[in-house]
Amino acid sequence: MSESFRLKQGGLINRNKKISFKFNGKKYFGYEGDTLASALIANGVHLVGRSFKYHRPRGFFGAGVDEPYAIVQMNRNNEVDPNVRATEQELFEGLEAKSVNCWPNVDFDIGAINNFLNKFFPAGFYYKTFMWPKSFWYKFYEPIIRKAAGFGAASIKRDKERYEHKYEYCDLLIAGSGPSGLASAYAAAQNGAKVILAEDKSRFGGSLLTSEVTIGNQSGKEWSEKIISELKSMPNVTVKNRSQVFGYYDHNMLVMSERVSDHLPRTEKYIPKQRLWYIRAKQVIISSGSIERPLVFGNNDVPGVMLSSAAKEYLKVYGVLVGKKPIIFTNNDSGYETAIEFKKNGVDPIILDTRKEANSEIIKEAKELNINIKFSYVVAAAKGYKKVNSANIAKISDDKKSITNIENIKCDCICVSGFWTPTIHLASQSGNKTKFNEEIDAFIPSQSKQKETTLGAANGVFTLEETLNSSFKKGSELSKEITNKENKVSVPTVVEKKSSNHDKFWCVPLPEGKNYKRFLDFQNDVTVSDIQLALREGYRSIEHVKRYTTLGMATDQGRTSNLNGLQLVSDIENKVVPQVGHTTFRPPYSPVSIGAIVGREIGKHSKPTRKSPMHYWHEKNNAVFVDAGVWLRPRYYKQGNENLFEASKREAKNVRQNVGVCDVTTLGKIDIKGPDAAELLNRVYTNAWLKLPVGKARYGVMLREDGIVMDDGTTTRISENHYHMTTTTAQAANVLSHLEYYLQLVWPELNVNVVSSTEQWAGAAIAGPKSREVLQKLFPDLDVSSEGLPFMGYIEGNLFGINAKIFRISFSGELAYEINVESDNGNFMWEKIMDIGKEFNIQPYGTEALSTLRIEMGHVAGSELDGRTIPYDNSLEGLVSKKKDFIGKRSLSKSAYLEEDRQKVVGVVPLDKKTSIPEGSYIVKDAKAKLPNPKLGHVSASCWSVEYDNPFSLAIIKDGKNMIGQKLFAMSPLKNKTIPVEIVSSHYVDPKGERVRS
Amino acid sequence: MLHIKCPHCGLRSQNEFSYGGDATVKRPALNKEISNQEWDNFVYLRKSPRGKHLELWQHISGCRQWIKIERDTLTHEIFKTLKGNEEL
Repeated sequence: MSESFRLKQGGLINRNKKISFKFNGKKYFGYEGDTLASALIANGVHLVGRSFKYHRPRGFFGAGVDEPYAIVQMNRNNEVDPNVRATEQELFEGLEAKSVNCWPNVDFDIGAINNFLNKFFPAGFYYKTFMWPKSFWYKFYEPIIRKAAGFGAASIKRDKERYEHKYEYCDLLIAGSGPSGLASAYAAAQNGAKVILAEDKSRFGGSLLTSEVTIGNQSGKEWSEKIISELKSMPNVTVKNRSQVFGYYDHNMLVMSERVSDHLPRTEKYIPKQRLWYIRAKQVIISSGSIERPLVFGNNDVPGVMLSSAAKEYLKVYGVLVGKKPIIFTNNDSGYETAIEFKKNGVDPIILDTRKEANSEIIKEAKELNINIKFSYVVAAAKGYKKVNSANIAKISDDKKSITNIENIKCDCICVSGFWTPTIHLASQSGNKTKFNEEIDAFIPSQSKQKETTLGAANGVFTLEETLNSSFKKGSELSKEITNKENKVSVPTVVEKKSSNHDKFWCVPLPEGKNYKRFLDFQNDVTVSDIQLALREGYRSIEHVKRYTTLGMATDQGRTSNLNGLQLVSDIENKVVPQVGHTTFRPPYSPVSIGAIVGREIGKHSKPTRKSPMHYWHEKNNAVFVDAGVWLRPRYYKQGNENLFEASKREAKNVRQNVGVCDVTTLGKIDIKGPDAAELLNRVYTNAWLKLPVGKARYGVMLREDGIVMDDGTTTRISENHYHMTTTTAQAANVLSHLEYYLQLVWPELNVNVVSSTEQWAGAAIAGPKSREVLQKLFPDLDVSSEGLPFMGYIEGNLFGINAKIFRISFSGELAYEINVESDNGNFMWEKIMDIGKEFNIQPYGTEALSTLRIEMGHVAGSELDGRTIPYDNSLEGLVSKKKDFIGKRSLSKSAYLEEDRQKVVGVVPLDKKTSIPEGSYIVKDAKAKLPNPKLGHVSASCWSVEYDNPFSLAIIKDGKNMIGQKLFAMSPLKNKTIPVEIVSSHYVDPKGERVRS
Repeated sequence: MLHIKCPHCGLRSQNEFSYGGDATVKRPALNKEISNQEWDNFVYLRKSPRGKHLELWQHISGCRQWIKIERDTLTHEIFKTLKGNEEL
């Protein structure tokens, strides 16, 4: 198709660069500088999609972020981008887009049958219809509604595009580069303030690009270009186009999305598609302008009906005619500007003005151009299905209640102007309580809530002169307060045409006997009758009306519908608009890609990865890793074709029979120093610590104040006032904060310092009956006999020239030692252990074998210390001191904690000695009991006991102590398993603990 | 996102801090005999005021000090920040 709606000249596009693109599979041409929308209109394409509910044909209504209809699915870089506004998408070579919400295609859409069934789709249709039978919802209604509703389709593939985050600080953030943004930025920049000027569109200048004004001796456009180039040359100013400030958050934090490469055929390597800016600004100027308001009449959604400001923008910026036989339907002077622009380009418009009469410079100019102007005239209804082809126009009575003299006239577009709505979203998001301005029939910001100032059209100021004056002044004032500098700038003289007052009329009454749909919300298909119905049904609060009818809830956030909706509600209710109030504006102003919000924090970048110094040894030796908090730990070391089960069994067995070595670097370590260190430990742990001798370790349990076990671990007295505490891997950070809390706030009198030393030490646990022999060979000079280094003993040694700390502690229940060396020496230590251990059949073991060993010994760990158990539940009462006070002790005397039949950790063995019990299974008395079957408790951890070669689990069950010996059932509804089991002691292996002391 | 003036480090972003609850709660002294009611008040009962609230935060990604912040729970306005040992 040829570009039959493109003017021979004019516009800001680059006519030297022709661009080809595809829409719905068909090839078209446009120019560099076009949007997808302007290029399609130039090609005479007005049908771009189907509406949300009725699947009525949809075209273009706006020319930018105000667009409610023209939403397309983009295909770029082999990635899909759903719900892109065609009016915002810049054209690039090879662009491919298609329509959404239509099937099989936009020309013939099956869903359009909804339009003929519209009697059955009133407001609240879904709420009323799909309520019963209840069981139909998931199986029947929801899948169908899901299919029928919604716009673009998201990809299920991982997005390969790159998104970035940036943090920025500035003195003054200015949102919008229209006249007020430019003037305030310029004034502030002269005072040396650090300024960020953000413009949503690709071109700077806002309304100056399309208005006929003179500033100084330049046109508005020339002036804006001069200011921008000056600002760009200043080191204290950042000027950003394609960047929308979409959210105003607490403490002057604003978020801006920059579309870095969306306008290019593909993203270059290392250049993101989009970048999210988190900007902390000392002052914020909101110069977001205003959006034209539609007039409401019959079938006002037919493609070809659009905002008059959009028609003007297509003409002046893109050199495109939205029609060749336009009707301009207006209640104010703005429509005349569009009409004049048409006329200047050889197209004859008709102006229908709802006002009885009006006089101004602009109207005079239109008259001089011989434009046909009909006062007291309205469009009663647009005619045409996929494109407007005529309009029923009518004379409106002086009281605006009735219409007469209906006649049909041919047209191919209807440009509407119902005056202007200030864009107050950012101001409202900042917490500013807006106020209603009667003069302009719209809300404007009121008292500043944060450090925000709204200027220009966004503040309801519609004359250029006043806008520039106030903006130069504010920019200068605000920056002066920050920089203490004042470089006066002279305000240029402005020539602009004065406007006459607008007409408050906005909604054309229905002709007698006609039942046209009159749309308020064009994206969500909300009509005048829907609002009327909602009010008849008793909805009063505007928030309820909004949610019931979905008015203003579409992705355009009601930019073109909100005020008309409020006007209608207030008319019906006989209230004034400020009494009805408006709904809350929430960020984002316009949709933001999830990718941009996530940024680079995706996949392995979503959290830091911590690796032990021995990590590469594990890697080389076929370790299969598992995430343990932020750490990567070997889960098992694969030999041949072994699976997890086989490998962990081999590793655990080798510990029981020979000796194994496990990387325990990840354990939390806290260095504690000071004369009151023992006293701190005594208050933090449940057991007694004051008499622990130097060179000895002790196991301890710490509670929260509510008596729940927080963590456990061993702490060793290195010297008189120096202790080395270990925590579980998962709780390391919490325990440190916990200690700091008590030291800084509760007991500041204690003279103690705590610091994390987790990453300073590499740790290896050597466990098994032959571990002493390995240790002796590692430290030939040390006495490592049971007397020289008894259970829970600590000594320091020299490991082939490096310092080592040796703790005789055990998690596996075997004779075991933990060696710590400085992290840098970790790999050296590990290789020495493996080398020397060879003759004793040493094998490394991973977390799976580690779990097996602790479970069959009945050592409680994270799965039992799960934030719901107290020491007694874990049979740790021996560690709870009766004599001294400690954190959480008072809670332990709560009656619920003292009940005889409280839960306890027990052992569970399947009767068949074969079936493994899934973790999380319920323990019940009667497998066939009526549901809900009362549960006694749950299985917390399961393993394959290498000692007895059968499955063994730990469970936390009610009255556990008295359950030992009972035959019960473990049920896992999730895995559909019911396993007969016997309850046994949790200390399945070596219940007297002889091995660790051997 | 809040902008918090750590009394030790200066203005920092909220994501360097972690929240620590009501700063007016005082832990009963060790070894002191107290009623169940008093203990429950300390462990569980917290006011949830709409408006000014004195609360604890820890500058975990900074100086690791526990600090006090007087904040409006409705508007997030921060009136004052104090060191852990300072009183309003």
